Amino acid sequence: MAKRIDVTGLTAFYGAHRAIDDISMHVEPRSVTAFIGPSGCGKSTFLRTLNRMHEVTPGGRVEGQVMLDNEDLYGPGVDPVQVRRTIGMVFQRPNPFPTMSIYDNVVAGLKLNGKFSRAELDDVVEKNLRGANLWNEVKDRLNKPGSGLSGGQQQRLCIARATSVEPDVLLMDEPCSALDPISTLAIEDLISQLKSRFTIVIVTHNMQQAARVSERTAFFNLAAVGQPGKLIEIDTTDKIFSNPTQQATEDYISGRFG
Amino acid sequence: MSDTVKDLNGRTPATAATGKDGAAADGGSPGGEGRNGKRSGSTRVLRPATLKQPRLPRWAPAALVAGSLGVGVLTGVLGGLESRLQWGLIAALVFVAATFAVTTIVEGRRQATDRLAASLVWTSFVVAILPLASLLWETIARGIPGVSWYFLTHSMNGVLSWQEGGGIYHALLGTVQQVLLASVIAIPIGLLTAVYLVEYGRGRLAKTITFFVDVMTGIPSIVAGLFVLSMWIMMLGFGYSGFAGALALSILMMPIVVRSTEEMLKLVPGELREASLALGVPKWRTILKVVLPTAIGGITTGVMLALARIAGETAPIILLVFGSNMINSNPFEGAQSSLPLFVYEQWAFGTESAYDRAWAAALVLIAFIMILNLVARGIARWKAPKTGR
Repeated sequence: MAKRIDVTGLTAFYGAHRAIDDISMHVEPRSVTAFIGPSGCGKSTFLRTLNRMHEVTPGGRVEGQVMLDNEDLYGPGVDPVQVRRTIGMVFQRPNPFPTMSIYDNVVAGLKLNGKFSRAELDDVVEKNLRGANLWNEVKDRLNKPGSGLSGGQQQRLCIARATSVEPDVLLMDEPCSALDPISTLAIEDLISQLKSRFTIVIVTHNMQQAARVSERTAFFNLAAVGQPGKLIEIDTTDKIFSNPTQQATEDYISGRFG
Repeated sequence: MSDTVKDLNGRTPATAATGKDGAAADGGSPGGEGRNGKRSGSTRVLRPATLKQPRLPRWAPAALVAGSLGVGVLTGVLGGLESRLQWGLIAALVFVAATFAVTTIVEGRRQATDRLAASLVWTSFVVAILPLASLLWETIARGIPGVSWYFLTHSMNGVLSWQEGGGIYHALLGTVQQVLLASVIAIPIGLLTAVYLVEYGRGRLAKTITFFVDVMTGIPSIVAGLFVLSMWIMMLGFGYSGFAGALALSILMMPIVVRSTEEMLKLVPGELREASLALGVPKWRTILKVVLPTAIGGITTGVMLALARIAGETAPIILLVFGSNMINSNPFEGAQSSLPLFVYEQWAFGTESAYDRAWAAALVLIAFIMILNLVARGIARWKAPKTGR
């Protein structure tokens, strides 16, 4: 299921403002790719262009090519809704649907898109909550509202919700930044399990986290405030953290700036 | 006394800096270093010497209320003031002033300001609630004797103005049908307009719609009535009917529904929309299944306010529904009545039994709106975002 992503010459705008400029890279299937870089360098914007969520923002516009295996996400006739069914997303802040129970949150993507039998849904709920390491904590209260869970549990619920539609790729936008270290650890464990099924791209401000969970790391930077963000380099995580090619990467990783 | 904290918050830095003035104003507390904390060189340290503060006892506000009421009544009686309103005003003023004075003496300036604001809030609350309570009381006291099963199930057909008996069945039926028809027209249009404005509207068109919705909010009901009269009855040649009234009512209802729904939809976090879109849910389904259910509580409240507003309208009903003493259960043809119109008619007769009927009908109208409200709230609570574990 997991697919490879090839990005060529991608530029994203907010209105007239150029947020990221001419980014080209590829993302390996069944692996974790981490995006690191200072705030405002366009990591999140770039991530959102990968499932066409960028254009949801008023004024959001994209130029360039994103190939998912052999299909261009920005090609003519491509339905963004279908793109998002293929490429799921987990957000920075846990955002379970407040009107829905835990159960309904997990299967929201299915229920809102079609008809499924109760037995099918039951299976999906159990499989994905187990997959998100949340099953044991919530199996007795599946009909309670999802907003009653703790922050870490809510985020795992959101991951279960994202995986329940069986996407090919899972994008994670700083999924642990609102969580405590123990919940973070739980999510990181989860990420290493999920990569056997999905292609995962994760944005993080935590460099230890990037080093722990990812196979490949991309470093983004911007020349100055107001300038567009650029991809400085992408390589295996070991290489980036031990022996990066670019001086800027080394400076950022060793904490000399940013 | 530990007035130091007060200096931090109760006075402007300019007065605080002058030190001694402040000490005098605060009722002769020990001045100098004790007040302003310790001085180290030229920098004042604002750290208080102790964290404890003298507080008014808990019964003080109650005592102040009782005391000022007493003063109000006493001045009223001694001064020979006729109006109870004046007594109340005196009591309110005395309460606010006394609270401020007592707190200033015992607790200091900052707490006094706090209590001043609190007592103003409470006084305003009482002033606001009094007319409402007296209105309800008056309507219930005068209306209850007239309300009976007979009153609710019979019309005024053949009952003369000075005779007893008769009922409001025709008016109740008219109100229910007209309000229902108006809602059927106005709620969908209003909801969809609000959804357009919040979820899709960009640029010129949205701004124009918002502007005209605002203009519509200010349309007097009689103007809406005249508009429908000229369009529906004069130009198109339809006769008086409950439906014509409902058309005018829906014009009055629509902008309120749009405005309140718009505000509620804006409160739904964008994160929820994004979460749904990222699951591959199309935008229209996201709006229908995620955005609207999240805002349903507020939307219901807004719709109910609009309903309550139009259920009490009289002017367009006089123009378009005409009024009738007979039961007409077909809102699309012939004159009908409605509760507010019935109240108006009965009051105009000016006989004892007509007055009784007017009060009873007013009570039924209030009860009707209240029941609608409770039902809507029940639905909203049942559907609203759930909390708890």
